[in-house]
Amino acid sequence: MASSTPVWMILIYCTIAFGCAAACAFAFRTAVIASMPGQVSKLARSMPLSASFGALIILIYVFVALFAPWIAPFGEREVVGAQYLPWGGDYLLGTDDLGRDMFTRLIYGARNTVGIAFATTLLAFLGGAILGLLAAVVGGWIDELLSRIVDILMAIPALIFALLLLTIFGTSIVNMILVIALIDSTRVFRLARSVAMNIVVMDYIEAARLRGEGLGYLVVREILPNAAAPLIAEFGLRFCFVFLSISALSFLGLGIQPPTADWGSMVRNNATLITFGDVTPLLPAGAIALLTVAVNFVVDWMLHRASGLKE
Amino acid sequence: MPFWDGQSRGDVLQSIWIMIARRLGLGLVTLFVVSLLIFAAVEMLPGDIAEEILGQSATPETVAAFRRELGLDLPSYQRYLAWLGGILQGDFGTSLANGRPISDLIAGRLSNTLFLALYAAAISVPLAISLGILVSLYRNSLFDRAVNLITLSSISFPEFFVAYILIVLLSQSGYFPSLATLSPGATFAETLYRTFLPALTLTLVVTAHMMRMTRAAIINLLASPYIEMARLKGLSPGRIIVKHALPNAFAPIINVIALNLAYLITGVVVVEVVFVYPGLGQLMVDSVAKRDIPVVQAAALIFACAYVLLNLTADVLSTLSNPRLIHTR
Amino acid sequence: MTKTSNTPLLTIKDLYIEGRADETWSGIVNGVSLTLNRGEVLGLIGESGAGKSTLGLAAMGYTRDGCRISSGSVTFDGTDLVGAPGKTKRHLLGSRIAYVAQSAAASFNPAHRLIDQFTEAPVQHGTSSRDVAAKDAVDLYQRMRLPDPETIGFRYPHQVSGGQLQRAMTAMAMACRPDLIIFDEPTTALDVTTQIEVLAAIRNIVDQFQTAAIYITHDLAVVAQMADRIKVLLRGDEVEEAETAAMLASPQEDYTKSLWAVRSHARTEQPAADRAEMPVLSVQNVTAAYGPIKVLHDVSFDIHKRRTVAVVGESGSGKSTTARVITGLLPPLEGQVLFNGSALPPNYKTRSGDQLRKVQMIYQMADTALNPKQTVGQIVGRPVQFYLGLRGQALRDRVAELLNMIELEPGDFLERLPSELSGGQKQRVGIARALAAEPQMIICDEVTSALDQIVAEGILKLLDRLQGELDLAYMFITHDLATVKAIADEVVVMQSGKVIEQGQKSAMFTPPHDPYTELLLSSVPEMDPDWLTDLLKRRADDANAYSKT
Repeated sequence: MASSTPVWMILIYCTIAFGCAAACAFAFRTAVIASMPGQVSKLARSMPLSASFGALIILIYVFVALFAPWIAPFGEREVVGAQYLPWGGDYLLGTDDLGRDMFTRLIYGARNTVGIAFATTLLAFLGGAILGLLAAVVGGWIDELLSRIVDILMAIPALIFALLLLTIFGTSIVNMILVIALIDSTRVFRLARSVAMNIVVMDYIEAARLRGEGLGYLVVREILPNAAAPLIAEFGLRFCFVFLSISALSFLGLGIQPPTADWGSMVRNNATLITFGDVTPLLPAGAIALLTVAVNFVVDWMLHRASGLKE
Repeated sequence: MPFWDGQSRGDVLQSIWIMIARRLGLGLVTLFVVSLLIFAAVEMLPGDIAEEILGQSATPETVAAFRRELGLDLPSYQRYLAWLGGILQGDFGTSLANGRPISDLIAGRLSNTLFLALYAAAISVPLAISLGILVSLYRNSLFDRAVNLITLSSISFPEFFVAYILIVLLSQSGYFPSLATLSPGATFAETLYRTFLPALTLTLVVTAHMMRMTRAAIINLLASPYIEMARLKGLSPGRIIVKHALPNAFAPIINVIALNLAYLITGVVVVEVVFVYPGLGQLMVDSVAKRDIPVVQAAALIFACAYVLLNLTADVLSTLSNPRLIHTR
Repeated sequence: MTKTSNTPLLTIKDLYIEGRADETWSGIVNGVSLTLNRGEVLGLIGESGAGKSTLGLAAMGYTRDGCRISSGSVTFDGTDLVGAPGKTKRHLLGSRIAYVAQSAAASFNPAHRLIDQFTEAPVQHGTSSRDVAAKDAVDLYQRMRLPDPETIGFRYPHQVSGGQLQRAMTAMAMACRPDLIIFDEPTTALDVTTQIEVLAAIRNIVDQFQTAAIYITHDLAVVAQMADRIKVLLRGDEVEEAETAAMLASPQEDYTKSLWAVRSHARTEQPAADRAEMPVLSVQNVTAAYGPIKVLHDVSFDIHKRRTVAVVGESGSGKSTTARVITGLLPPLEGQVLFNGSALPPNYKTRSGDQLRKVQMIYQMADTALNPKQTVGQIVGRPVQFYLGLRGQALRDRVAELLNMIELEPGDFLERLPSELSGGQKQRVGIARALAAEPQMIICDEVTSALDQIVAEGILKLLDRLQGELDLAYMFITHDLATVKAIADEVVVMQSGKVIEQGQKSAMFTPPHDPYTELLLSSVPEMDPDWLTDLLKRRADDANAYSKT
């Protein structure tokens, strides 16, 4: 039983894990510096270990998501044995509450959970960023109207608002994507607008306006290149929020529904094992945590770089 | 205009009150619009709520009767006024799932949720603020970098991950109970003990956030020219922090706290489910699954109110701590 | 405190200071030495990047974050400040060495009253009690000629104007009667008329208490008034040092000579334009407002072909607002702007491409005027492409031609980003962008005020030459009368949104003047070390004469 594990053993495990992570990150960075062309190699050289660890993890997740059917030993929804089988043997990580292979479902989870979160973020980002930039450039009543709407939508806490909307529209994957995209787009709007506002007051924008340039040129050529760095960082952060929200909803049983393999609902469905000292349910939860940590490490480095370059 | 130029101290105080009254007014308007939004969201329901709830098999007569029962035959503004009027008198309507008055369902659970949030806040706020200040004083040191790595990781963890890790670590070995059951007769100390794990989960999640924000606010402050001036006056480091940095740090720190307490409100939902804690969040999640719309509306309204009021309080407090606003020209 | 007059108060020996940028250390101050005797004022002068502020702070044993003293010594009255422990330094700072910062508005703590910040150092250093220090504050406020010295201390910093805050900060520095004060560009952010008052007050108080001072500035005329000796710095190296009179009369080094020569440039004035000739631009009875606040009142003036009209005034005089009305960014409430005799639509959005093309603008801050993500070629090429429709080789040829006009080698500069240009080069690219539209008139908004003097001189000469070659009309907005002398044919003086006086430059610079013009003109520091003394005496005499009548 896990209960007998003393605290100092846990500390040792943690230290070993930390060391392995640092070593992998170092090896990865060295490999990138050696094998990639000039620009990428130069970028990698300036990366701290935490960021290269993050980049490595993200790449692994993307690989697993893309090639899930080839990696996974069983089918996503295939019942392969008795329920709650222990680790080892044919089933690397045992089986779940319905007797499906845990390892297989973890791999498919990368495809489903990450894919859905990515699509949602993309949706939220496109809507929020386009409207935010527009509000900043056009100004006047359009800005006023959009900002007030966003203020009101943001006056309700995100998860609560999501729960309310899902009650009304019913819980389905499409509804969840739309609801979370709507809620998160308000946050993207705020950021995009404030970033663009700082750019719009620059003299080069005034010069372009006085030249008679149209809205499209102003946004695409003058503002977007300067807003790119904070917006990309925001995309990373937003992905984390969306990913965590979707996982939370799935965990609550209101998000991605079985039999689709999804990390949040896998934690929920196998949570009873925890009370017996089995850490299997921690695996999908850990998979979620690891990816958000990785993305946050990379974003943190990007933000640090952006603020450093300003000086 | 400064008050010694013909303007009395009373006038200055009055202008602060006017400013605060305006913020409060704005907060009320926000609350009103939020209630409107929560009500209107149900109106956007595709199809008829009665048919939706009763299902395909319902006869037209039962649907009509149900509509009358819900007041759906009335125009929507009348229903909104009735709904809002009821809430202002403490009547949230009846649950669709079990027909009980919602206010009965909510009453005990609301205080449980508030208790848990306050419990977590009482640990996390002092902890996070003092750690945040400490880290900002030793910025760019190895200690700072390690803390950055740890806090960055822990803000990335989903709440249920933290919760289950704590259960494995602290509950399996029998230190703390994993089910946060509340019994009416329990002493305060006993309640604190039983709800320790959920409170600790919330604390861990929020503290990292709060620390990072406090650190950023303080570092931003320490870079200002008046802090350099204080150093060049030969003041001791302690005095610089206490007399020169802190009075200007209130506003950012208040905002950090408010933001995170607001975050607690959301976080509480998941944590309550993990620990089977009888709070408002769990009620809301259950009701969403049952599509018990009136209960969800009531819970959403309460959470939103708490959120708006928190932000409003922070706004007013940071106004009060800003000398530029208090001592207007 | 033992005051032995033989040993110098401050000795800096072979001081090297490095700053960190992108993980590497580079020199900011490279082996500078100086000595300062009691009661003496040393002027440190240099352009941006000369390391003068860093050196000034190092004289207090202090370096900013990201800087370090790599070698050398700073000895203050027998104590080496470089190696001294923090406690020893803290004991000296504020009590025996004090500091006056460039921006008083940012350097006063917004959370405390002036008087509390004044008394802090004396109380903390144990030189006097709070009550005694507070009484002393009133005395010093009086000596610094602050209004209401009895009560001004009870105000918060944001309730006091910039010029007054700067004086309050000098008073605060005096609180412990230090032996040495470091003045770091204390008047740079102020208008000329305010600058005079602050300079006079500072000099007065330094004289009265026989305080030694290091006075840091980029303005030669200012340092001539304040310092006994002047040291010239260039990129962290010492150029030369001499007594003020000797330095002004006969500088030895070429760099110093070039600094001195800047002030002598003046453009030969064009004859007054023919009344019958149609002006390129005519501003007629313009009144404009931001919201309910009127900022321009009945402003009228003309600008003719090949002429430069300098619009002069202090901050808030409405000169930049006038430019916004002309460009159509701020439609006027009343009046109109004629271009070649026909009225321009009030809003730029309704102007035709040709109307927009013919009036171009050059900005003060070249940093914010050029898109940091576009290359020089893209920045200059866009107007050519947009207005004139050139493409491909024709476009590239025209851009190269424009770069040659502004004396930048196209092969070298076309692909550069603004961040890879110096301040002067950025401003040149801004000029090229304006020229690319082939305008008839260019509005130059404080185009030289953010530049070092030698660079600014180059820009003025370039603008002068281009005007001759391209028949341009210039509207030149500036607060600096030396720039007016250097470039203008005609002058328009503005104050609080009104035109106070206008006419040919020669007429403006010879008396009689309008009183405000007189104040403005007489407030411009001159290189003569006795200028401030003479001016103050003259003004005092005038005031006496006035009060007797």
